[in-house]
Amino acid sequence: MNTRTLNAEAGIAGGDSAAGIPVDPAASTATVSRGRAIWASWKGLVYQLAGIILACLALLVWLLTADLSTIELTTLAPAALWGYTVEHLQLTLLAAAIVLVIAIPLGIALTRKPLRFLTAPVLAIANFGQAAPAVGVVVLLALWVGFSFWAATLSLVLYAVLPVLRNTMIGLDQVDARLVEAGRGMGMSATAVLFTVELPLAVPVMLSGVRTALVLLVGTAALATFINGGGLGILITTGVNLSLTTVLVTGALLVALLALLIDWVGRVVEHVARPKGL
Amino acid sequence: MSETSATTTPTGITGASILLDHVTKRFPGQVKPAVDGLTMEIPAGKIVMFVGPSGCGKTTTLKMINRLIEPTEGRIVVDGDDVTEMNGDTLRRGIGYVIQAGGLFPHMTVATNIGIVPKMLGWDKARIAARVDELLELVSLDPALYRDRYPKELSGGQQQRVGVARALAADPPVLLMDEPFGAVDPITRLRLQDELLNIQDELQKTIVCVTHDFDEAVKLGDWIAIFNEGAQLEQYDTPERILGDPASEFVENFIGSGAGLKQLTLTRVEEVGLAEAVVGNPGERAADVLARVAEAGHGHAVIVDDRRRPIQWLSRRKLGRLDVISDVPDPKLPVVGIRATLNDALDTMLVSSAGAALVTGRRDMFKGVIDVQTVMDAITRSQTAAVLESDQAPVGLNTGMFQVQASAASAASAASVDSVAEAADELAADTRAAQ
Ligand SMILES: Nc1ncnc2c1ncn2[C@@H]1O[C@H](COP(=O)(O)OP(=O)(O)O)[C@@H](O)[C@H]1O
Ligand SMILES: [Mg+2]
Repeated sequence: MNTRTLNAEAGIAGGDSAAGIPVDPAASTATVSRGRAIWASWKGLVYQLAGIILACLALLVWLLTADLSTIELTTLAPAALWGYTVEHLQLTLLAAAIVLVIAIPLGIALTRKPLRFLTAPVLAIANFGQAAPAVGVVVLLALWVGFSFWAATLSLVLYAVLPVLRNTMIGLDQVDARLVEAGRGMGMSATAVLFTVELPLAVPVMLSGVRTALVLLVGTAALATFINGGGLGILITTGVNLSLTTVLVTGALLVALLALLIDWVGRVVEHVARPKGL
Repeated sequence: MSETSATTTPTGITGASILLDHVTKRFPGQVKPAVDGLTMEIPAGKIVMFVGPSGCGKTTTLKMINRLIEPTEGRIVVDGDDVTEMNGDTLRRGIGYVIQAGGLFPHMTVATNIGIVPKMLGWDKARIAARVDELLELVSLDPALYRDRYPKELSGGQQQRVGVARALAADPPVLLMDEPFGAVDPITRLRLQDELLNIQDELQKTIVCVTHDFDEAVKLGDWIAIFNEGAQLEQYDTPERILGDPASEFVENFIGSGAGLKQLTLTRVEEVGLAEAVVGNPGERAADVLARVAEAGHGHAVIVDDRRRPIQWLSRRKLGRLDVISDVPDPKLPVVGIRATLNDALDTMLVSSAGAALVTGRRDMFKGVIDVQTVMDAITRSQTAAVLESDQAPVGLNTGMFQVQASAASAASAASVDSVAEAADELAADTRAAQ
């Protein structure tokens, strides 16, 4: 992640002119190449959005032309679909908020001096945990604490905490130690260095962790239906239970599209919030 | 200390004296201290260079001055005030700090980077903006062009200049530099050194600078401290004395061979005669300039911009081919600063193959021309010149292993500087005898 090279944005490196006279070799060509560079950096995002919209339209056309039974028609009524989607989003965002409140401060604390020795082991655990499939985590936890609303929430939050925690720690860890030293050397307090140097420089990596978590949560929030949590998962369970393929497929597609949309929003935010000058 | 620095400070010096008083640093888990009972006086307004093999404790010593590293034992005194116990952040806001490659924050513009300390000190926006422009001028960067750039839009040398400007932002009396020019190419390094000397000419700060380059130490230093492992001071003296009278075998080895040629690094361009040159400006007719060149009997004309900074060096032949003189700077111009050493001047001439170099002074203004013959004459003269005795050498000694002198030195550090210098001399003699 985070390896998109945006250096083209302003790859200007004025050479040291021999006589100390400032020269700006890039000034003349910058305006031409800048437009192209901006397009290059937004291209992927535009394509992704176009893909999502196309898929939505295709789904719509398919539903309009399909031969639907009355049950299917009531389950897939526009108002109902919209309601499920909103519910699904609410669930996702609530879980995400909880995740952020836990993971970011924890990530910061684990990279501060007194706890620095924990950075490596925690990262190893986070990497391992993230490789475990979500449903597996839910089931394991459920077996342990029993099937309940809290078990589901707990496992979802735990699962989504990992990428945010991991990226917060990696993002802070990869900030050049000399910059921290330069900050302290100028008389900035440790807190000031954290907020004005370390966190801004960690933002790109942290945001991509948040995006990963959101996408995970959109997918896994579908499981909320098992505990009557609502959301688009109900379409899938209904589809399975009543053998209504259309409903099942619609539910699954909507979850996937929502995940893609959230991923897109996340990428846009990452792009815009990326500190200038990086 | 406070009395001496207050009463003997000549006008113009804005630097403060520093005293490391029996300072020891032991890192946890290490048997030998990284800095072992070091007592060292750093005079106000001077450049003191720390040199020594890698890992000998130069950086540790430097960082104890602004307490980025807390001393295990001993006191740090700046301008007569014991700062060992004061709030570290407050202390560091009053001391400039420059690290390799500038250490600029990549997500902040040049102006924001420079304005960090003034902002912390509560300056208003207008004052900070004015100060930023002033400092960019000081380090030879056009404010209009560079103030809003991000560090990655600057070359290595330019980043380093901004690093120096940032350290000077709140006009601190002391500047600490840790291998500041280690990450730039040799030519840029020479220019940056020249500029630092020009800046120091104007500001007269107390500068403590770590380097691994002995030539750099000789060029920049008023005083050079040569350290051995554990920050043992082998010699703390003027460049002339260190080259002419190395205190120990260690120092001799450290200076290395070619100490004779190193004398070249002792003479500065400003100390030898410069040749005059015919000067022209962009926009002039080349024929007019050529006429002046012919009249003066010279081979070249130097073209300077509106601030008298040299931008081109044109031969008669080139002038003959031109119509109007352009204002495009020649990037390969052989230029040395007036405070550069003859060594640098020779390097520049050899690289440019011009057999001569243009000399610039403060703010890169053109001063004259130096040629190979001038350098050769200077070598001949310096070989015959005697090594001067340095009077008023600042105190510097380690007390970790010499208990008797340690108590003597601690008593003396409060009293006369001279007696401690004697103690230091004796100590050096002892060490030599012991070897
Ligand atoms: N933060 C630290 N923790 C432990 N040991 C250190 C630390 N900093 C430096 N040292 C040790 O102190 C000694 C001196 O280091 P340093 O002052 O950086 O040397 P120099 O700058 O002269 O190369 C070295 O042996 C180094 O390993
Ligand atoms: Mg060092």
